[in-house]
Amino acid sequence: MFAFLQPHEEKKYMKHDKQPPDISRSRGTGVLIGIGVMAAVDEIIFHQLLAWHHFYDQATLEIGLLTDGLLHAAELIALVAGFFLFADLRRRHALAPLWAWAGFFLGLGGFQLFDGIVDHKVLRLHQVRYGVSLLPYDLAWNLAGLLLLLIGVGLAFRAHRAAAHYRAAADQ
Amino acid sequence: METMEHPIATGGEGAFAAAVPFLFLAAALMAYVVAAVRQRPGMRPWSRWRILSFLLGIALLAGAMLPALMRYAHHDLRGHMLQHLLIGMLAPLGLVLAAPLTLLLRTLPVGGARYVTAVLRSRLFHWLSHPLTAFVLNIGGMYLLYLTPLYMLTLTNPVLHYLVHVHFLAAGYLFVWSIAGPDSAPRRPGMRVRVSVLFISIAAHAFLSKFMYAYNWPRNTPHPLQQLQEAAQLMYYGGDVAELLLVVALFARWYQIGSRRAYALPAQARR
Repeated sequence: MFAFLQPHEEKKYMKHDKQPPDISRSRGTGVLIGIGVMAAVDEIIFHQLLAWHHFYDQATLEIGLLTDGLLHAAELIALVAGFFLFADLRRRHALAPLWAWAGFFLGLGGFQLFDGIVDHKVLRLHQVRYGVSLLPYDLAWNLAGLLLLLIGVGLAFRAHRAAAHYRAAADQ
Repeated sequence: METMEHPIATGGEGAFAAAVPFLFLAAALMAYVVAAVRQRPGMRPWSRWRILSFLLGIALLAGAMLPALMRYAHHDLRGHMLQHLLIGMLAPLGLVLAAPLTLLLRTLPVGGARYVTAVLRSRLFHWLSHPLTAFVLNIGGMYLLYLTPLYMLTLTNPVLHYLVHVHFLAAGYLFVWSIAGPDSAPRRPGMRVRVSVLFISIAAHAFLSKFMYAYNWPRNTPHPLQQLQEAAQLMYYGGDVAELLLVVALFARWYQIGSRRAYALPAQARR
C-alpha cells in the first residue's frame, strides 16, 4: 500500500538520495484544491446554472458583503495556489498521494460545512434556495458536507497507517 | 446627458486630440518591437511570447479607446465599466508580462541603463512599487471614483475624464508589476507579502462591486438603476477573470523560479 507514498523511479536507482514524501505539504495542497473546487462547484452550479442563490439578496448585511468578498478571494487563490503546489510536489517527487486525497476531501467537506453553517446560517450571506421550505435543503447541504469530511478523515487514517507501516519497513 | 460633447464626436481639432492616445500606443509598440528584434549579438534572443504579450496589451488598450466604445462609455455605465476592465486590469497584465523594463535595460547603452537602475534602487521607487502602495493607488482609486461625486465630475470635465483613464492604466500597471512583475527588482517583497496583498485586493474589489450593486452607487448619476446593477455585476465578474489571471501569473512565476532553484540546488546539496 505504501507504494503510493513513494515516487517509483527513485526507488530502484537512487536509494541513498531517496527523498521522503512531503506529507504536510501534500495534505495542505489537497485541502487548498478541495476548498477551491467546492467553492467553484457552488459558484458555477448553484449560482450560475440553477440560479438558486442570488448575486446579492436583500437580507445580506454589510458585514456579510465584506466576508463574502474575503471568502471569494480565498477561494480564488486557494484553487490556483493548490494546483501550482501540486505541480511542484510532483516535480520534486515529494507527493504523498494518499495524504493529498485525504486533504482534498477534508477541504471539500470542510468548505461545504463552513458554507452551510457559517455563511448560510450565522452570517446569512444567502440561503441554499429561495421560496421553498429550507430545512430539507439545509439538511442535505450539511449532511453532504459531513459525509465528504468523514471520507477525508477515513483517508487520513489510512494514510497515517500506511506511513507508519512504511517507516517500520524502512527501519528493518 | 449631453452636457459635454465628447471630443471624438466633434471634428477638426477634436479628431486630432482623439488620435493622440493611438499615436502613443503605436509609438510604444514600435519602440518595443524594434528593441526586441534588434538585441545585441551574442545575447539570448528576446522571447516571442513576450512580444505577443505586449502586442495583446496594446491591442486591449486600443480596443478600450475605440471611438465607438468611448461614446458608448460616456453615457452608459456598463460601457465605462468595460473600458475600466480593459484599461485598468486586463491590458496591464499583457504589458507587465512582456517585461518592458528588462527589455529597456538590455537595450540601453551602459550609461543610460545605470541611470535606470539607480531609479529602481531609489527609496522612493521601492516605496512606490510596494504591493501595498500599489494596492491603495489601484483599488483606492476605484473607491474614490465610484463612492464620491468624482465620477459625476468626470462626465462633465474632459481633462478629469482623461486623467482618470491614465490613473487606471498607471495604477493597474503598478499593481500587476508589484505582484507578478517578471523584471528583477532589488528588494522585491516575497511571496507571503504578495499573496496577502493580492488576497486583500481581490476581496476589496469584490466587496466594492457588490456594495455598488446593493446600494446603487455611483449615486446622483443620470444612469437608470438597472444599468448601475448590470455595471456592478460586470465589474464583479470581469474583475474576477482579470484577478484569476493575475493569481495564475503570480504562481506561474513562483513555479518557474522554483524550477531554476530545483536544477541548481541538488548538485551542491548532494555532494
